[in-house]
Amino acid sequence: MTEPILQVRGLRVEFPLARGLVRAVDGASFELHRGEALGLVGESGSGKTMALRALVGLLPRQARPAGGEILFEGVDLSRVSAERLRQVRGHEIAMIFQEPLTALNPVMRVGDQIAEGPRVRLGHSRRQARERAIELMQQVGIPDPARRYEAYPHELSGGMQQRVMIAIALSLEPKVILCDEPTTALDVTIQDQILKLLESLRRKLEVSVLFVSHDLAVVAQTCQRVAVMYAGQVVETGPIDEVFREPRHPYTLSLLRSVPDVDVVRERLATIPGSPPDLAAPPSGCRFHPRCPFMQPDCTSGDFPLRPIGTERATACIHSEQCVQDVLREPVIAGG
Amino acid sequence: MSLAAYVARRLLLMVPVVLGVTILVFLLIHLVPGDPARTMLGTHATPQRVQLLHEEWGLDEPLPVQYQRFMGRLFRGDLGTSLFYSVSAGHLVLERLPVTLWLIGLGALFSVLIAVPLAVLAAARRDHPTDHVIRAVPLVGLGFPAFWIGIMLLLAFALNSGRLFPVGGYGEGFTGHLHSMILPALTVALGISPILIRSLRVSLLEILESDYIATARSKGLTERRVMVRHALRNGVISMVSVLAVAIGFLVGGTLVVEQVFALPGIGQLMFNAILQRDFPVVQAVALVFAIMVVLVYLLADIAHAALDPRVRFD
Amino acid sequence: MTTAAETILESTAVEHRRGFRRRWYRTPSFVIGLSILGLITLLGALAPVITWHDPAHQDLLATFQGPSFDHPLGTDDLGRDVLTRLLYAIRTDLQIAFLAVLFPFVIGTAVGLLSGYFGGRADTVANWFVNVVVAFPFYVLIIALVFVLGSGTRNIYIAITLVGWVAYTRIVRGEVLVTKRREYVLAAKTAGLSTVRILRRHILPNVITQAIVYAMSDIVLVLLAIVTLGYLGLGVQPPTPDWGRMIADGQPYLTTNWELATVPGLAIVFTALGLSLLADGLADLLRPE
Repeated sequence: MTEPILQVRGLRVEFPLARGLVRAVDGASFELHRGEALGLVGESGSGKTMALRALVGLLPRQARPAGGEILFEGVDLSRVSAERLRQVRGHEIAMIFQEPLTALNPVMRVGDQIAEGPRVRLGHSRRQARERAIELMQQVGIPDPARRYEAYPHELSGGMQQRVMIAIALSLEPKVILCDEPTTALDVTIQDQILKLLESLRRKLEVSVLFVSHDLAVVAQTCQRVAVMYAGQVVETGPIDEVFREPRHPYTLSLLRSVPDVDVVRERLATIPGSPPDLAAPPSGCRFHPRCPFMQPDCTSGDFPLRPIGTERATACIHSEQCVQDVLREPVIAGG
Repeated sequence: MSLAAYVARRLLLMVPVVLGVTILVFLLIHLVPGDPARTMLGTHATPQRVQLLHEEWGLDEPLPVQYQRFMGRLFRGDLGTSLFYSVSAGHLVLERLPVTLWLIGLGALFSVLIAVPLAVLAAARRDHPTDHVIRAVPLVGLGFPAFWIGIMLLLAFALNSGRLFPVGGYGEGFTGHLHSMILPALTVALGISPILIRSLRVSLLEILESDYIATARSKGLTERRVMVRHALRNGVISMVSVLAVAIGFLVGGTLVVEQVFALPGIGQLMFNAILQRDFPVVQAVALVFAIMVVLVYLLADIAHAALDPRVRFD
Repeated sequence: MTTAAETILESTAVEHRRGFRRRWYRTPSFVIGLSILGLITLLGALAPVITWHDPAHQDLLATFQGPSFDHPLGTDDLGRDVLTRLLYAIRTDLQIAFLAVLFPFVIGTAVGLLSGYFGGRADTVANWFVNVVVAFPFYVLIIALVFVLGSGTRNIYIAITLVGWVAYTRIVRGEVLVTKRREYVLAAKTAGLSTVRILRRHILPNVITQAIVYAMSDIVLVLLAIVTLGYLGLGVQPPTPDWGRMIADGQPYLTTNWELATVPGLAIVFTALGLSLLADGLADLLRPE
């Protein structure tokens, strides 16, 4: 296991609503290791997108960071100046957004958008930047890049647009790429292409990728490690095949069980009972306890930080052996 | 479709509206009860003038025929004959049009120069005191009658201690024109900037929340570049439409401003014609004004299409 | 808007929709606007009581007087008391402004409602009308109409109505087009409710809000139009006091008695400010949040 390039500890993001303060992220901790892809999964409302954006200070206007550490190569990004943070963006940490059409400037040619980074921040001349952009477009698999350079975003298909976004992310040679559900808005077949592209780029360029998604299958395909989020907190982390085969948190277990598996015939589609908690007034103790099949009295109060299990895994559940039992009874993934 | 095809299509759509404008202008005289000619001329009615009007407009004939005559003459470029100067109304208009065009052009320029920086500043410093002050400007500013702004400017810069500008008139030569146009243009500009400031600020704020602004920021670009190269570039597109409407107001405002500053433009021409009951001239100027507004809207559409690549692909 | 920001907004939308009554006193713009307007209306209404001069009374021996106990704001070029005229003008200008907004409001809303709901040829014709009227600069058309009809208060109403209805038609028509596709309208239709009833109970209440909001800001525009006509001599006729006319009367004396042209202008600005604040506050309160 390589050493961590990004360490997030106790991250908090909140935004005020009239009915109360919503803690979108409330003490989330995870680590991204050099050269690997970490999946950050959870349902909508789990705080995963907010956590991602908080890393580089790109939260929506109403949201505020409210604590925690964001150690990037040892430097706490939550405490640096705005100017320093700006320098980190793009060149060290880049970002890819969910909806490529809205994430691209509609009145600017895509080639210029890719070239902008190198021109403005790396001091390239106009021609150099253009060449670099075309080179990047080739790298991300855009055919006929010289001609496509002149295109406007709305003239391209969804898959093409996302490739442009990836090219933009790569344009400043970052060390880390943050992906906010990059394939959710795409067609399934295109999804696959983009994921494979990201995977190959990661390996070739040795970047570290933080991949946020609600889709477990997508994450399983692309990531080596995973962090599961629920109600603003990270509840489990570990290598992906281990976590998905042997989850150590009831939420992860329930999540896995609720995903339809083509190979396994079940009587009923399993769902998680109850509904996600109100982030302005979350349950006391373990946030999942009202919906947890293994709940016990000591789950209803206290703090539940991540506790390590062995060297590579961690869970917030204090009764994680229940999960182990449950999986032994009924495997999550058919065929193991 | 190409830009040219788009323009052509727009022009075609304008035709029914222009036709409607001519009908409205034509009908103006018929809103008057009784013998339109006599009532129109009022105390200025002399038998000759009444007769002239009757002949020119064929007032004894049925309406559609009159309209036909009207349109016929229009196509020949004949806008009627002034009852007072016995010259073609069209000639009078052409003579004075440059003054009004100066006013409109310079006024529009000033309004953009005032509104854009203020709106950008307010959007960049959202919720700060600067923003609040700038937001107050349209609130208070919209209540200023244009003519009063002009008078106050005269007071401040053209009279008494500050004799920087002429009190009125058009001046000689290019620099003379420019010099005498500054206060009037500033007046109209101040009149319409509140609208521009308000709408540009709102649209910039909305734009600044977009995903592509987040992308721009994620490249580590400075806020200034994000604002100018990304936000503003999109913001001006919506501003073009608002500017068109504002210029529509501006065109009408020239009538009043020309009075305040004694500018010999078509607005003053119309006003004097009103006082003299010179109906053909009033009609001619009204028509020209309407055509100008239609053209402004057309230009705005074209500018919009030129600036926004998404538009042409209808 | 970013998808993240949308998420925030969605949670905000769940917020309870507060009623008008409970919130109005907590909306500063509304309160201030109402206060200003209230003050001005009060001054206008009480003008005969708090002033002791006749606004039309000329005293050619006492022209251009400075402020004094008898004439707190001095006298004008004809020896008339400025303060009295200023306050009486409130009655004239404000009253005309309110009424002159009412007629276009009613007519424009009616046309917009019908053309939007029934569509078809009537709609096309109405649209064409709107586009034609809109093509004319507001003031040009008003002045031309006043020219044709003659000046004076009654014709101001007519001119402004003939020009002003279009804005309401546009707004209401737009809202109707959206509303008539809503489910509750379709449900009402299926239930066999009469058209009149549908229009009255289901569509009208929903579309009228925007029209009301516009009407509030329209009052400012109309007020300005009235005083502009007054300035040009085409509006309210003397001796009835009117702010615009007062400014025109004062303009020749800018170098010596600049306050004659300035003070009525300030009155206009102040009144317009009150109206604008009220309009903003109302827009805030009536916003379907």
